[in-house]
Amino acid sequence: MGAYTDRLNYDSPLINNFGYCMAVEKLMGIEITERCKYVRVIMSEISRVCDHLTCVAASAMELGAMTVFLYMIKAREYLWELIEDVTGARLTISYGRIGGMSGDLPEGFEVKAREMFKKVREVLAEVDKLLTRNRIFVDRLKGVGIIPKADAVAYGFTGPVLRSTGVNYDVRKHQPYLVYDQLDFEVPVGTTGDNLDRYYVRMQEMEQSLRIGEQVLERLPKGRLNVDHEGKEIEAHEMVDRAKMGLTRGITETLVQLSPNLEGLEDSMYDQITAKEKRAVLPAKRDAYGNIEGLMNHFMLIMNGNGIRPPQGEAYFAVEGANGELGFYVVSDGSDRPYRVRVRPPCFPLMAGLHKMLEGYMMADVVPTFGSINMIAGELDR
Amino acid sequence: MPEPSVTLRKIREQFGESIIETHSRLGEDTVIIQPQVLVPVSTFLKGDPDLDYNFLMDLTAVDYLDLKKKPRFEVVYHFFSLAKKHRVRIKVPAEAKNPEVDSIVSLWAGADWYEREVWDMFGIKFRGHPNLKRILMYEEFQGHPLRKDYPIQKRQPLIGPGAGS
Repeated sequence: MGAYTDRLNYDSPLINNFGYCMAVEKLMGIEITERCKYVRVIMSEISRVCDHLTCVAASAMELGAMTVFLYMIKAREYLWELIEDVTGARLTISYGRIGGMSGDLPEGFEVKAREMFKKVREVLAEVDKLLTRNRIFVDRLKGVGIIPKADAVAYGFTGPVLRSTGVNYDVRKHQPYLVYDQLDFEVPVGTTGDNLDRYYVRMQEMEQSLRIGEQVLERLPKGRLNVDHEGKEIEAHEMVDRAKMGLTRGITETLVQLSPNLEGLEDSMYDQITAKEKRAVLPAKRDAYGNIEGLMNHFMLIMNGNGIRPPQGEAYFAVEGANGELGFYVVSDGSDRPYRVRVRPPCFPLMAGLHKMLEGYMMADVVPTFGSINMIAGELDR
Repeated sequence: MPEPSVTLRKIREQFGESIIETHSRLGEDTVIIQPQVLVPVSTFLKGDPDLDYNFLMDLTAVDYLDLKKKPRFEVVYHFFSLAKKHRVRIKVPAEAKNPEVDSIVSLWAGADWYEREVWDMFGIKFRGHPNLKRILMYEEFQGHPLRKDYPIQKRQPLIGPGAGS
């Protein structure tokens, strides 16, 4: 199921992933680990920056600012590189798991993330110089596509578009999930609800997301490294060699690096990243291959007719997606297949109220206004 | 039993007989109401100063055919109050035959598309909706795809240029 949520908002699939996981975790009463919470936060914020970068880039390009588009897509590329390092994919990431994650952060993530954040900030500063006081750009946006506060609320707008009207609503602040209540960030709001305000809000939100990301990097509960019994790092092939030579002293306590496609699933990291929850979480690979309990646990989650079985009932869980409140309403009949999953997409109400932002303006104003709501078809149609 | 939330308490006080069930499982206030009080309940939720539900966050439906629940459908509303930071879920049952509930477009403009989506996907009608047309599927589409008895192998009529030849 989680993989389907990648396709909702393809600019920020990680947020969708985690939103769905957290809805099911709520239904099953699973408490995820501290490290997992932090990892989910940082990956969500990286996704949010990617999403806003794409939105601002595309709408600027549609107004003729091709350079800005190229610069911002370059910045997105930096972040996608990070995402690729962590999840192994760029868009269809399938990284969230009910009860945890498919793997831990790779080694060297922190250093690389800091470097990439710095580069993204440079691009944002450049874009700021190119656009924010650019007469042509400002004239196309200012006073165009205004939506009054009352209308925005009546249509159920959320996210940057709602905040541009001056309504301060952000799920991360109002009903904090994960560890957002322990992090220091601001929610930028606009005043008039025009296209320029939406541009400002997105630009500032990116800075806030980077701030959150840096705080996470500082506080990320540390996981152990792969070390042997003497505290030295060791690779799998080396361990095999040693065993062949009969150097088996302490080998059972040795923690090894697995092959790269299992990276992040070493059992040293496993406890850090996944909840201790046999109902939902696949056992560490060493257990699945190494003992009968692990193997049975693995089968019980994988075999047809078994799997993750939330208790009968329903739950609604909302996260702050890049475009606004992304809610998952899940209904379970107690079996391993969801009875009903409803996605509350941020885009759908935005599109429902789009005409309010277009009526009374020029035909050419459709371009910046439509660009500023960041319509994502995958999430609109589901 | 923990204290019921202010929402549940006030709704029960106001609409005692028309409430089928209330609960707060997983901390989510839920009220199942008789269909005829949907509009009064919504108006009350929106207007009461202690409740102040100004957002219609979500509107959807669930087809309980496979679970043999009676009545078959439930229309589900998620309201949110920005000022009070609380949420409530209102559920309205609808019969299997000609399911129909009242529209709340007059209270929340955002209900317009949501109700059209529910009509499109589940075939539940909304009394008083200004423009109840399909929204995700095309007009010629037959049936309602999220009903549990929708035949997933069903062929749909072709539309567009050359469809007739």
